[in-house]
Parts: sequence; structure tokens; C-alpha cells
Amino acid sequence: MESRLDTDKQAVIDEVQRFVEREVIPVAHDLEHDDIYPVELIEKMKTLGIFSATIPEVYGGLGFDFYTYSQIIEQLSRGWMSLAGIVNTHVLVAYMIATYGTEEQRRAFLPVMAQGEKRGGICLSEANAGSDVQAITMTATRDGSDYLLNGSKLWVTNGQRGGIFAVLARTDTAARPPFRGMSIFLVEKGTPGLSSSRTFEKLGYKGVETAELVFDNVRVPAANLLGGVEGEGFKHAMSGLEVGRINVAARAVGVAQAAFNDAIRYARQRSTFGKPIAQHQAIQLKLAGMATKIEAARLLLHQAAQKKDRGERCDLEAGMAKLFATEMCQEVTLEAMRIFGGYGYTKEFNVERYYRDAPFMLVAEGTSEIQQLVIARQLLERYKI
Amino acid sequence: MKIYVCIKQIPDPNTVVSKLDPSTRRLVRSGVSLVLDPGDESTISAAIKLRDTIGNSELIAVSMGPTSAQEAMRRALAMGVDSAILVTDPALAGSDALSTARVLAAVLKKENAGMIFCSTESTDGYTGMVPGGIAEFLGIPQLTFAREINVEGQRAVIKQVTQTGYRTVESSLPAVITIASGSFEAIYPTMKGIMSARKKPFTQLTLSDLGIEAAQVGEAGAREQVMTIGKVEARAAGQVMKDDGNAASTIADFLQRYQLL
Ligand SMILES: Cc1cc2nc3c(=O)[nH]c(=O)nc-3n(C[C@H](O)[C@H](O)[C@H](O)COP(=O)(O)OP(=O)(O)OC[C@H]3O[C@@H](n4cnc5c(N)ncnc54)[C@H](O)[C@@H]3O)c2cc1C
Repeated sequence: MESRLDTDKQAVIDEVQRFVEREVIPVAHDLEHDDIYPVELIEKMKTLGIFSATIPEVYGGLGFDFYTYSQIIEQLSRGWMSLAGIVNTHVLVAYMIATYGTEEQRRAFLPVMAQGEKRGGICLSEANAGSDVQAITMTATRDGSDYLLNGSKLWVTNGQRGGIFAVLARTDTAARPPFRGMSIFLVEKGTPGLSSSRTFEKLGYKGVETAELVFDNVRVPAANLLGGVEGEGFKHAMSGLEVGRINVAARAVGVAQAAFNDAIRYARQRSTFGKPIAQHQAIQLKLAGMATKIEAARLLLHQAAQKKDRGERCDLEAGMAKLFATEMCQEVTLEAMRIFGGYGYTKEFNVERYYRDAPFMLVAEGTSEIQQLVIARQLLERYKI
Repeated sequence: MKIYVCIKQIPDPNTVVSKLDPSTRRLVRSGVSLVLDPGDESTISAAIKLRDTIGNSELIAVSMGPTSAQEAMRRALAMGVDSAILVTDPALAGSDALSTARVLAAVLKKENAGMIFCSTESTDGYTGMVPGGIAEFLGIPQLTFAREINVEGQRAVIKQVTQTGYRTVESSLPAVITIASGSFEAIYPTMKGIMSARKKPFTQLTLSDLGIEAAQVGEAGAREQVMTIGKVEARAAGQVMKDDGNAASTIADFLQRYQLL
């Protein structure tokens, strides 16, 4: 596996790391605890170019591969996982437009998205459809040269601050299986009939809003049907989810790495029974196990990203990376908290935040259970007798 | 106008604990991570700001150092500098402030520099001698501790930081300008800047390109000699006084003894 970046891209990652250390880490704790949207950090991320990273150069982006992207996300998450979440759905929408959009759609949306002026949000899930995406009830009905969208979408990350939403809706409610009748629409914030009815308070993943969006006869021109053809939406969404899974796996690696870094530093500083706890074998076993799992997850992640970069289907690899990395993150953040003892349970230290951010990643972009189904399905395909 | 900024690569002050080599009595620079001097980041930012304000100008970074200094120069280019010149030559090893100023001045003379930005001092050596040396070699004025810089007609006008505020100082051009630390926020390179840095003009010069004799620089030409190095004496503990009702007068006496009152 090719696993080194060229020097320019490495310089980009180093710069993101510097940004995280100088700008993010000093403010993340307070913003997170107060559940405040990081307006200033987003402005700085725009200037840095993070929102343009994966957008093709012809549309004003940097055209980075997902391997590079995954490392940018890992770095951001080391500072604050929520920032990587804000980037995630943006990148997903941009990816779907760049890959499946018509030329007009690419020209209309990608340059503003590259500047970060309009950030993307993904509207797949509904109150009664999460893992079971085919159960969605949102409809898009043709009306002259437009479509009318009706229904509501739940859990929309960037739901209020986002400017462009990729919305999965049923264009043919009679289609069987239902996925054949689904299409994605690009809907801009401010379109009449589109409103946000509420946001959720969450255990972690704070600072970024998770909103419900209500679509009441939202009129969208047919030119905003992604790719210009009905019935392709489910496929677009699933392909986008591969990118989403790479993102979440990268976030999990970043958060776990942050927890590990804090834990090993603390273990060398804290003494019990006459020596630093890092000298107790029980703590050493924890540190060794944590670091090994983080490294394993990172390798799975890089493998999936590089497969995606080669244009190959990577649901198996992205699924494995996402499953392993997020479960690992949950374990590692808990271990870090244990190493901190009582202090780890307080808001004085960041490990409690990492521990609260971890479980979200077990759910987002497909739960661990769903990843296992995806992995198993692929395995049964590959090991046919 | 052609604006120049003199920059230096140094051991990363954030990760490297500075060590002195007892035999050479010099800072150890090998085997440690090297970065563009963080102080220079602000100086570059000040120069970029001026270039963009006066318009129709070009900003060139100049450095003297080993080939590894290319990395630091690339960072300057990523920040927005237009091109870079590195003077590198085996004979330069062991150069003191005088040699450094001599070499940089030779480049700047050749280039017909209109304005030269320097940090007040580097974050590793802290001699603060190089900018003055450059001005001297070029026979041009030096404006120091600038916190604001403008060009008015053919003159440089700066606000110079003083102990109590600032004063306005001006000079003819070309001039060397040193930046007061903390006056200009360092701008970050953008990802686009980083990706395009390698495509910008980069020139590498040797001593012979500048017509400088090897004997004038490096160890051979050094006028500065480090005689001894030693540990900084630990500061003596302060005096603690208990307030038995007379603390105020005891403190006043103490201050008076040092002529602080
Ligand atoms: C903070 C947050 C942000 C989110 N952001 C977005 C967003 O921006 N856009 C968006 O579209 N969605 C978003 N989501 C939704 C997320 O993708 C869904 O929550 C997730 O897919 C799970 O769906 P669900 O909540 O409906 O759970 P359910 O699907 O109801 O699952 C409940 C449980 O049943 C299990 N399960 C379900 N089906 C099976 C099966 N076949 N076999 C075995 N086990 C099964 C699940 O693993 C889970 O444990 C977000 C969610 C959260 C919490």
C-alpha cells in the first residue's frame, strides 16, 4: 500500500495540524461545553481552504484525493470532532455534485461551495427512516418544469447554517423496490416552503446543529434534479455514504489519537505508590493496546480512502474502516478516561469530551450493525461457491 | 517597487530544547526539526500587507543558510511571497552576524532592493545585529521597531514603538525596516498557497555569484568569537516579608534601597 503523501500534500497536513494546535485546541473546550457554533473557526477554515479540498480544480477547488482528505479530517478531529462534522456533509454534497451532477449543476454549485460561502447538508434520514433509507416518505412531484417537495427530514447536520441541501425524495412512489423511485434534489437555503422546525440537544457532537427540516411544497426547478435523471438518487446516496464512512472513520482515528496523546502525557505526570502511573504495568498494557488499535484503524482507513481514489467500489473497505475505527474510538476514549482516574470524569480535562463524542460516530453514516450487514453482504458476494 | 524580506530557518522553538555544543560553543542545528523563524512569519506578513497596499510591487524572500533552508523559504512562498533567493555555500558555515549581513547585503545590492524588511532579531541567536549590518553595507537608513509602515512618495514612514507609545519616523528609500515583535499577526498559508509555492521562482546563489571571497565569510571571516558559554545563574529567591503591621514601610524601604522610589 502506497502510504506516503507527496511533500506538498504533507505540507498541507502539517499546516492543518498547526491550525488545530494554534487556533482550535485553545478554544474547543469552551465552545463545546457552551454548545456554540464556531463562527470564527469556520471563517479561518474557509481561508485555509478546507471546504475546497476535495472539489475538482476546474471548479475552484484543490482536487485533493480522499487519502489526503482523510488526514485533514483526522487532524481537525484531534482538535474538535464537530469541525470535521461540519466539513463532512459539505464534502458529501460536493462529491455527489462533482460525480453525478450535470455540467450546469457543477458550475452553479461547486465554485461557491469551494469558497465555503455555501456549505452543504445531507437530507436522507427521516423520523421513521434511518438505517432503512428506503422507508423514506418525502415526495417530489413533477409540476411543469419544477418539482414540489413535501415531507420532513431529521438529523440534518448543518441544517441551519448550510446553504445547499442534497435531499433524497421519492419521485415514483409506486416503484418496487422503492429505491428505484428515488431521486436527489439540490435545494438552496431560503427556498420558499423550506424551514427548520427544531434542533436537538445532544450528548456530544456539540457546536454543530442537528436540525429537522420541513419541506412544505418547496418548488425546485427540474434543473436541480441531481444528474438530471429520475430514479438514480439511492445509488448517489449510497456512493456518497462511502465518502461519509471514510470521513467518520478518520474522525474516530483523530479523536482516539487525541485521547491517547492526553492519556500518555498524564500517565507520565501522575504518580501513585511512588512512581508515575506510566511505570505500572497495568497502565502500560492499556497504552500499548490503545496505540495498536489506533494504528490498525488508521491503516484500514487509508486503505479504504486509496481504493476510493482509484475509483473502485469500496463499500467493504469503507465499512470495515468505519466499523473498526468507531468501535476502537469508543474503547480508547474510555481507556483514556480510566487512565485519568477521577479527573477524567470532570470537565477539567478533554477526555470526557472525547468520550462523549465517540458514541455519535457509532451511529452516523450507518450504524455499526449496518456496517456489519454491508460487510457481510460483500463477503458473501466475494466468497461465492 | 521590489520589496525584500530577510528570513531564517531555525530549530523549532516549540519542540526543540536549544542545546549548545561545548566544543564549538554554537547552537546545535543538526538532527533537530527546523522551521521558518516564527518571528519572521510576522515580518513576512507585514511585508505582504505593504506590498498589497501600495500595489504594483513584488515581494522577494532572501535567506542565507544550508540547502535545508529551502523548506523555510517554501513556507514563505506559501504565505504569499512572490519569489525566493537562497544563498548557500559550504564556505558560509560558521558565519557570524557580520558575514550574514555582508552576504545578504550583496544580494540586495545586486537586486536593487527598494525596501528591506527584517525581524528585529532571530528567535534562536537573538543578536539583532544583522539588520543594522545590512543597512551599513548598503549605506542606507534603517528604521527600527516598526508597528505600522507606509510609503509616501519616495519616503518610508513608520510608527516606531517606544516605551510609552510610538513616534513617527521617516526616511528616504531604499531603507531597512525592522518589525516590532507582536505588531503584525502572522497570516497562515492557505492550502492553495502551499500547493502553488513550488511553482514560484526560486533562485539559489553561491558566494562566487555574489563576488564574495570565502575568506570574508564563514569561520574564516568571523569577527565575532564566542569565548565561553555557561549556565544562566538561577535567580535568587525573592524576599518574603510578613505583615506585622509595618509591611508598607518595609516595602517602601526595600524599593528605596534600589532607587525605585
Ligand atoms: C447527531 C446526528 C447527526 C446526523 N446527521 C445526519 C445528516 O446530516 N443527514 C442524514 O441524513 N442523517 C443524519 N443522521 C442520521 C443517522 O444517519 C441515523 O441516525 C442512522 O443512520 C441510524 O438511523 P436511526 O436513527 O433511524 O436508527 P434505526 O435505523 O432506527 O436503528 C435503531 C437500531 O436498530 C439497528 N438496526 C436497524 N436496522 C437493522 C438491521 N437491519 N439489522 C440489525 N440492526 C439494525 C441499528 O443499528 C440501531 O442499533 C444523524 C444522526 C445523528 C445522531
